[in-house]
Amino acid sequence: MIELRAPLADNDVRRLKAGDEVVLCGVVYTARDMAHKRLCAALDDGQELPIDLNGAVIYFVGPTPARPGAVIGAAGPTTSSRMDPFSPKLIAHGLRATMGKGYRSDEVRQALKEYGAVHLATLGGAGALLSKHIVGAEIVAYEDLGTEAIRRLEVVDFPAVVAYDAAGGSVYDMIRDRSGV
Amino acid sequence: MRTIGFEQVSRTVESLCIAACYELPDDVRAALEAAAAKESHPAAAKVLAQLLDNARIAADERIPLCQDTGLTVVFVEQGADVTLADTGRNDRITLIDAVNEGVRAGYEKGFLRKSVVADPLNGRVNTGTNTPAIVHHSLVAGDRLRISVMAKGGGCENKSQFRMFRPTVEASEVADWIVEVVKAAGADACPPFVVGVGIGGNFELSCLLSKKALLRGLAEPHPNAFYAQMESELLAAINALGVGPLGLGGDTTALAVRIETAPCHIASLPVAVNIECHSHRHKTAIL
Repeated sequence: MIELRAPLADNDVRRLKAGDEVVLCGVVYTARDMAHKRLCAALDDGQELPIDLNGAVIYFVGPTPARPGAVIGAAGPTTSSRMDPFSPKLIAHGLRATMGKGYRSDEVRQALKEYGAVHLATLGGAGALLSKHIVGAEIVAYEDLGTEAIRRLEVVDFPAVVAYDAAGGSVYDMIRDRSGV
Repeated sequence: MRTIGFEQVSRTVESLCIAACYELPDDVRAALEAAAAKESHPAAAKVLAQLLDNARIAADERIPLCQDTGLTVVFVEQGADVTLADTGRNDRITLIDAVNEGVRAGYEKGFLRKSVVADPLNGRVNTGTNTPAIVHHSLVAGDRLRISVMAKGGGCENKSQFRMFRPTVEASEVADWIVEVVKAAGADACPPFVVGVGIGGNFELSCLLSKKALLRGLAEPHPNAFYAQMESELLAAINALGVGPLGLGGDTTALAVRIETAPCHIASLPVAVNIECHSHRHKTAIL
């Protein structure tokens, strides 16, 4: 089990191998479909982004509303591939890890290699369990998007697997090779 | 004739929405436990144990099972001897209104995510209520009202597919395509799946049947021997893919395959596959 601290240091990212189990501590930002569209539009327009992408981790999640007194509601990953058109641009601007569920495109894999970043897979459909690893949450941008707003999360021992590493490796390729189907 | 008030329909839908999103059905839990006990891959067994942990935390600590509390799909089977009536203020309310009022109240009081946008293409502004629900109404014999609520996640719904086959194909060709659909869904759609299959009818009915198939219990094979065998052979073929829990490898890619069929045109063989994630959230009440 590898402990990762976010924001990520380049050396910590490059030593990760597809299939490694990690636990993440520190700050991660939430963003899903509409927030990605806005972030990339802001970059295209030369505007300043509402979050610092250097070494950042973006978690693809739209949580349920927090109960009174709770930090957050259920907060598991959404399907990563919907963010495929946007992730390469954010990686080129300093993003060092994305986290979600499922597969990434060849273009994303190429960007991970080119800039030394990784994609992490966490437990799809385990939003209750994962919420226990989130100890802080505040909206930092695009509040009008509701659940899709960008939140700054403080996470502790957040479990994930390195799905795609910075050397081009993929846990899904490994599984397909092993099962031969 | 029995009269059931719309308010009772709303209250029932409200409580079904909340129960569905917090309590994993017993048959799903049992299937996950059985799969965990059989898994030959330790990593996959660990993932299944985490999913069971998640269900326990959700029920005990009142945190939804999954943050995607779904588009609400409601099946209403109305007995022919039941009259639905507004016992309150407004004689213009319909069954659809009553169901939507229940969904709105359930998603608000249950701290569930509102995941519905009003216009699919132009603006995509969230309605803020998780309504409108998708409501399927049918008339059946009897004096009961049966309401089933499914909280259907977007990630798995996105991987569902439809195909029109030539009517002369062998059953094996249909089965091979169903396995391909599941393989393509893979890690994206939160395996282990429940795979709903609708065969026959026409374009829209096959899709509806594939959704309806998901409501049959995981321990209840198809009553017809041909389709019961097809369900069990498909499950074996899907689990031989090695996709595994959450796509991270293993023996458990699906918990069950459920097939529903309908008569169809001589020229047609429509087949629909509705992928459902392991968080198979549905509850039924009979009034």
